[in-house]
Amino acid sequence: MKTVIIKYNAGNICSVSFALDRLGVNAVVTDDPEEIRAADKVIFPGVGEASSAMRYLRERKLDQLIIGLKQPVLGICVGMQLMCKHSEENDATCMGIFDVNVKRFQSPVDNGLKIPQIGWNNITGLYSTLFEHVPENSYMYFVHSYYAELGSDTVATTNYVINYSAALQKDNFYAVQFHTEKSATEGQKILENFLKL
Amino acid sequence: MLTKRIIPCLDIKDGRTVKGVNFENIRDAGDPIELGAFYAEQGADELVFLDITATNERRKTLAELVTRIARNVNIPFTVGGGISSVEDVSVLLNSGADKISVNTSAFKRPELVDELAGEFGSQCVVLAIDTRFENGDWYVYLNGGRIKTEIKAFDWAKEAVQRGAGEILLTSMNNDGTKQGFALDITAQLSQNLNVPVIASGGAGTMEHFKDVFEIAQADAALAATIFHYKEIEIQALKTYLYKEGVNMRF
Repeated sequence: MKTVIIKYNAGNICSVSFALDRLGVNAVVTDDPEEIRAADKVIFPGVGEASSAMRYLRERKLDQLIIGLKQPVLGICVGMQLMCKHSEENDATCMGIFDVNVKRFQSPVDNGLKIPQIGWNNITGLYSTLFEHVPENSYMYFVHSYYAELGSDTVATTNYVINYSAALQKDNFYAVQFHTEKSATEGQKILENFLKL
Repeated sequence: MLTKRIIPCLDIKDGRTVKGVNFENIRDAGDPIELGAFYAEQGADELVFLDITATNERRKTLAELVTRIARNVNIPFTVGGGISSVEDVSVLLNSGADKISVNTSAFKRPELVDELAGEFGSQCVVLAIDTRFENGDWYVYLNGGRIKTEIKAFDWAKEAVQRGAGEILLTSMNNDGTKQGFALDITAQLSQNLNVPVIASGGAGTMEHFKDVFEIAQADAALAATIFHYKEIEIQALKTYLYKEGVNMRF
């Protein structure tokens, strides 16, 4: 089985690649279209800013490539947001794989909720093979200021300021807002489930 | 619901932990990787590695160490100590660190915070402040607490957040090492007035101290070293206690 991690300008690539190493999977980090198309599994990570990431992907036609993939694809964090329709982060038009928009948390300081959300939060309403043997209310590590709304593709929900999509799934496209590669044993389980698809 | 975080801090010198002793169940408590993995398994929510090496070889050793940690530890970690440029940070993040912390270098050249946030995002920029209470207020100290400044900790924290710091790691020098509890007043002032998470550090001696810093001072995370390294408090027991006391914890 060949797993690739898409290389672009918003990667948190080594954390993902180390997490795969721990599962005994040696992933290839690449932006080569042929190599990505030929892979069995594709991981689309992300830490960074949405509009510049989308610009980078478009310039290299990687956005169209990702949309056309037929094998299981896993977006992580900003990777997931880029797979949605639109992001409020510098008004970015995204890939539109998932039928939801990405918005900024609106939180006054006096309610004690800070932006970005940094830390461990629980995921509920788990409804995907990604979450096999992952208990309801498992805690995952989140770091983000923008969130994907709830929609028909939502397969896990988290509450921070409001309820939002912690994970999305549509056909062969899977995505998680949290850093599953940094979320201890349960996070590792999700990666493992993805690799088994 | 977002949980409060418990963060053990490991001091590193020449690639080895400085204070780590007194663990029967791990082979080498001086090995940051073993100790880090042990804490992760015990339920630590994050780790902080503070490098106090002063040699010229520092940078390279630290980058190699960070890669080893990232390969073996499955929770997020911050690396701090002597970081003073975008280049330093780039090397550490590319080696696998999730966040970096800056202290003296950022105070001396505040634009560093803007540069780091612009280049890597606020989420990975932790501003560390060492502070001491004297003459009625909390002042910033530099160089590991050796040099006093005339700037108040709150003012510097506020400026740094405006410049893009994503988290504040606040150490009270008055409390550090005393085991008499965290500095609740300055922690509360920062936590309640700044819209970024505040990690309280210095003074943890009992489980109640953690409860107080979360409930009274509304810290987002609490950091400690000695009490964890010497097993005076075990992380599992601490989290169970806090949860029973109504503080949300991850298990």
